[in-house]
Amino acid sequence: MTLLSVEDLGVSYGGIRAVKGISLSLDKGSIVALIGANGAGKSTTLRAVSGLTEASGRVTFDGEDITDLPPHDRVSRGISQVPEGRRIFGRLSVRENIEVGALHRRDRAKIAADFEHVLKLFPRLKERLRQVAGTLSGGEQQMLAMARSLMSAPRVLLLDEPSMGLAPQMVAQVFSVIEDLKGEGLAILLVEQNAIAALEISSRGYVLESGEITLSDSGRALIDHPGVRKAYLG
Amino acid sequence: MAEEIGAAAATIVPSLPTRLRQRWADWYRRATWVDLFLAVVRIVILVAVCAGVLNTLVSQRYSATEWFSFIAFGLTIGGIYALIALGYTMVYGILRMINFAHGDVMAAGTFAGYFAATVIDRHGLIDSAPLAALVGTMIAAAACSALLSLFVERIAYRPFLHVRSLAPLICAIGVSFVIEYSLRGFFGTGNRAYPDWRPFEGSIDIAGVGVPKLQLLSITAAIVLMLALHVVVNHTRLGKAMRAVSEDRDAAALCGIDVGKVITLTFVLGGALAGVAGVLYALVFKQIAAFTGFFLGIKGFGAAVLGGIGNVPGAMIGGFVLGLVESTGPALFLDGLGIAAPFQLRDVVAFSMLVMVLVFRPQGLLGERLAAKRA
Repeated sequence: MTLLSVEDLGVSYGGIRAVKGISLSLDKGSIVALIGANGAGKSTTLRAVSGLTEASGRVTFDGEDITDLPPHDRVSRGISQVPEGRRIFGRLSVRENIEVGALHRRDRAKIAADFEHVLKLFPRLKERLRQVAGTLSGGEQQMLAMARSLMSAPRVLLLDEPSMGLAPQMVAQVFSVIEDLKGEGLAILLVEQNAIAALEISSRGYVLESGEITLSDSGRALIDHPGVRKAYLG
Repeated sequence: MAEEIGAAAATIVPSLPTRLRQRWADWYRRATWVDLFLAVVRIVILVAVCAGVLNTLVSQRYSATEWFSFIAFGLTIGGIYALIALGYTMVYGILRMINFAHGDVMAAGTFAGYFAATVIDRHGLIDSAPLAALVGTMIAAAACSALLSLFVERIAYRPFLHVRSLAPLICAIGVSFVIEYSLRGFFGTGNRAYPDWRPFEGSIDIAGVGVPKLQLLSITAAIVLMLALHVVVNHTRLGKAMRAVSEDRDAAALCGIDVGKVITLTFVLGGALAGVAGVLYALVFKQIAAFTGFFLGIKGFGAAVLGGIGNVPGAMIGGFVLGLVESTGPALFLDGLGIAAPFQLRDVVAFSMLVMVLVFRPQGLLGERLAAKRA
């Protein structure tokens, strides 16, 4: 079942077209990878889906056209983005960061349950709830950013470079959580430089080159694709 | 050019005197002539202030009673500055912009309070229920200022929310003039006096010193409001949303926070505090005029910068420090230096201190270092 679909999405920054009419779709309980070089338009695509950047084209979520909705309305409908570079609130405590993710919700009991759930996913955060978030390590900040996003009870999670700058061990941990979340029925759109690792857990992959999708296939097939191998494995 | 003083970290940890000597040598090696000049300025000011203070204290020109009343007055005016400063600092924290119309928003509230108080007085409520009458006046002033603040945000800031430009500042200055001259047009250039709050006239004895009741009331009201704001900022949904937006607007939007609404509410909150500050000012100083807002606005802005702009506790402390320096400064060191008519130099003292703080501690008393911001 298609949960999120993007049709003919285009973004221009002052005359420069960063994204040139791309289309993609995302099913419930699946991971889709969006890979490509620096400046290919991956982050811009995610920002447009979240509503942070103005875009042409159409974004549909669960059958509803959300193209003209502001970002916070998209979040309350169930689209949550973990932005590139984590962007946690460094001066707030870890607990406050997590709570901010659920600030727009009113269902107290469910929020408390979700709070317990994200702490179970990221036990490290539990030990640091009172700590100021800016003092966390890079990996812990990534976990916190994901925990914060999950607190909005999303149905679609947009992950922008979750493995950037992390130690290999931490990368493995983050990827295993991503697979767990998929198991819980979340639809995940994954943007990664670490293409092979991303494609391995993805049911589908799109290759983005200078704002256009040049290839799309199942994750497995893309890993074996000579072009992709050449670009990402050298 | 302006290197950080003594920032070199030694790899091995030597004894304290050696370390101090190293730091000094390091500072001296890096120092430009500007640093040396500033160091000399620092020493001269320090010596002058110390000499003035010593001279005043030794000559015992002022009695303990007088000092006490200087301090009480300093806290009174300081509380008012602090309430105004909070509006500047909250808006700056969230938008990284100064709301230049804030002082005039306050003045407009003061006028609303004036009319409310006049009506209340006509019904004899000041005598029968002085506290309720005062709260009513404050609510009228706060409501007017809050509404006007909302208007300023809509006109001057909202259209530029997603644009990087200085246009909002220019717009705010424009709105400031519009408000000032509207007040002048409606109410004239003359001073107006709030009705006397007769039950609160006179003074109370504290440790043998008479302190005017209105000053005590003003300090209390300011502190209560600041505590309330502290609770709002740290323990409510709005407060959390405000802090999130002030740190990272996009990330806050991605958390489902309606950024525009939070910004609007910040303006409203700051405006309401300014309105109450205006009423307190009018009670203590008895008179208001169309241009009161300009001067008080500058003082409030000064207090916000002094405390570290963008920092809420900083604005509170900055307000009180500015008020105290202003009220005790002339007697404390100008008089001791033999300067004639020191009390007319009150603002000179206040603003000189502000300049000094900005030169030697640009981030303000509680502010973070500018370089560390958005690291």
